[in-house]
Amino acid sequence: MSQAIFALSTIAIGVGGCILYFYASNLFLDKVLFPARGPNAGRNINRAEAVRPWLFLAPALIALGLYLAYPVVATAWLSLVKEQGATRNFVGLANYAQMTSESKFWESMRNNMLWLFVVPAASTAFGLLAAQLTDRIAWGNFAKSLIFMPMAISFVGASVIWKLVYDTRPVDQAQIGLLNAVWLQFGGGVWSVLFLRILPALLLAAIAVGLAWGVWALLRPVLGSGGSRGSLVVVLLRLLGAAVFAALAVVMLWWLVGVFTVTLPYGQPQTWLTIPFWNNFFLMIVLIWIQTGFAMVILSAALRGVPEDTIEAAIIDGANPFQIFFRIKVPQIMGTIVVVWTTITIVVLKVFDIVLAMTNGQWETQVLANYMYDKFFRAFDVGVGSAAAMVIMLLVTPILVWNVWNARKEMR
Amino acid sequence: MADLKLIDVAKGYGDVKVLSNINLDIKTGELIVFVGPSGCGKSTLLRMIAGLEKITGGDFLIDGVRMNDVPPAQRGIAMVFQSYALYPHMTVRENMSFALKLAKKSPAEINAAVDKAARILQLTPYLDRLPKALSGGQRQRVAIGRSIVRDPKVYLFDEPLSNLDAALRVATRIEIAQLKESMPNSTMIYVTHDQVEAMTLASRIVVLAGGGISQVGTPLELYERPQNEFVAQFIGSPAMNLLDGEVTATGAQTTVSLTGGGTAISSVPTRESDKGLKVRIGVRPEDFVPTDGTHIYQGTVALTEALGEVTLLYFQKDGDKAGIVAKLPGIHNELRGRVVRLTADPRKVHVFHDGKSLLYR
Repeated sequence: MSQAIFALSTIAIGVGGCILYFYASNLFLDKVLFPARGPNAGRNINRAEAVRPWLFLAPALIALGLYLAYPVVATAWLSLVKEQGATRNFVGLANYAQMTSESKFWESMRNNMLWLFVVPAASTAFGLLAAQLTDRIAWGNFAKSLIFMPMAISFVGASVIWKLVYDTRPVDQAQIGLLNAVWLQFGGGVWSVLFLRILPALLLAAIAVGLAWGVWALLRPVLGSGGSRGSLVVVLLRLLGAAVFAALAVVMLWWLVGVFTVTLPYGQPQTWLTIPFWNNFFLMIVLIWIQTGFAMVILSAALRGVPEDTIEAAIIDGANPFQIFFRIKVPQIMGTIVVVWTTITIVVLKVFDIVLAMTNGQWETQVLANYMYDKFFRAFDVGVGSAAAMVIMLLVTPILVWNVWNARKEMR
Repeated sequence: MADLKLIDVAKGYGDVKVLSNINLDIKTGELIVFVGPSGCGKSTLLRMIAGLEKITGGDFLIDGVRMNDVPPAQRGIAMVFQSYALYPHMTVRENMSFALKLAKKSPAEINAAVDKAARILQLTPYLDRLPKALSGGQRQRVAIGRSIVRDPKVYLFDEPLSNLDAALRVATRIEIAQLKESMPNSTMIYVTHDQVEAMTLASRIVVLAGGGISQVGTPLELYERPQNEFVAQFIGSPAMNLLDGEVTATGAQTTVSLTGGGTAISSVPTRESDKGLKVRIGVRPEDFVPTDGTHIYQGTVALTEALGEVTLLYFQKDGDKAGIVAKLPGIHNELRGRVVRLTADPRKVHVFHDGKSLLYR
């Protein structure tokens, strides 16, 4: 009870303090510092107006400077020094050299890249699908609330929930983990072939086809004779994108072969989170589960904003629902899709809690943020920890800039 | 090459009837204009013809084929929307070729059709631009071009000019008239609330009101021989004046003595039994002429509006005497505050009973 009172009084003092600051400082400016009377009234008003924005911005600027700008500079500095006893010595890029010589760092980089591709793509795709499917049905809003609900759960809470889903018990006990309970239903019969071979194969094939289409769409303006080709940078970006897509498509086909050749250990409960490489995906599902709701809400609003007329014109032009969706609606909300995608990408690059709570980076699931935490707060190697933090910042910054640029463009 | 036939067509949302008993025959090559006050269902009727709204009763035929359940793209129609409804992410060329691409036409065929339409509409220099880089009139032309390339049997226009400014509206109206001229075999249906558009473009006008058709006819038919008070007042501006009275003499010409004093003679024939019938006569403002003899209306001019070629005289409402409007040629500002007597040619005096014209019974 006393804690509740403490919390409430903190809120009251905080909010009250803010109001008091703005009100009192404003009053001070107008009545005492530059009063709008006397011989210099006009000059005083101009000065007060020049000072006022800074007065109101000051708390935010100070807080951001103290808690954001200073730590960035300090971390950058710490990444260049080494603690030797009580003194700190400048060691140049030695921390970075040490970091890049560690296999765990490269494992984190690889996993982060994996997360970077899979989570934003899957969340945006599922979000868009959910937004479109719930658009015109009576219980659409109910479905949306359900899909949005994971957004209200903290990453750690979500991890605990999914840890239960992935839980494993010895084979002679009842499985409390949903995934193992389902897994043990498969015995290698017809259904197993259908669900564990044919269905994933179709899914992979579909993704591969989608990627191939992406390659074609990216290359078409470069190779084609008609239309504007754009600048050299655009051409290079398109080529790069096409190369990435093509590589991913090959991977998908490789997996497609794997789906049919692998021998599955039917009847044995699996410890899902210890299966190297694939356990990354089990962790990603948690974040996708959370972020789909976010993507859905934003994209749903964007879809509502597509002018009804253009859809009706497309109907009259003979477009079927798929063509309307992909060729009329999606292009019109492309800006929003990019913003959603990049926003989720930034979340993904910082992902930490999920990995910490579920595997703590074991079994080849390490990611950069958790690697940094390991170095900083477990190994107390401030230098390498700071270096890892700088790497994360360097990865996030360009995407952040792009995201802000896109968001501002959308708002215009 | 398309005859449209609407038989008892109706539209309802649940229990709410929006349109009912719509019977209409549209011949190949006609330009039909739907007019009516806002909310009369004219756009809904057009959208039912387009296939964007479900027809909830009756039959709709194009060339004798029932179209009620045919998807819009297969009805052989094209539609121009009020907001143009251009695809913002496509260039003018892509906008115009979208339908043909969906129909899997060959690129050569598509280019030929687009280039031809662009030439007709003078859009050739803009083919690679996005809609946002075009002016309102150009956007409207692209929307029309998007229809032309599909070579539809029926063109549907949903208030196509209402988003344009006044000068552009006149220019585009003339362009549409010329377009119609150049395609004598295409049928067009045009929705508007603007009388001038209706009067100038239409081969026939359909006046919609109260969930049904009020009258169908050529523009001059509607102007000269309105079937009812609604059409009489809707067509023409300012609206026709209506004055209450009682039939006193019948025959080839009808004499009506008016409640507000005054006598009107109309060339609408009446029967012997009509004597004493409570009627309303209708006289258009422009049909009034000043007189010293028997008058239809006598009153004080409360306000004048000189427009140069004509002057509008607004008469004061006074007791049971209605306030009316007269339109006299020339400039007559000096009449303000004066008492003026007005009469009209018997051929220009309409007689209504119970809201319906006595001409049609």
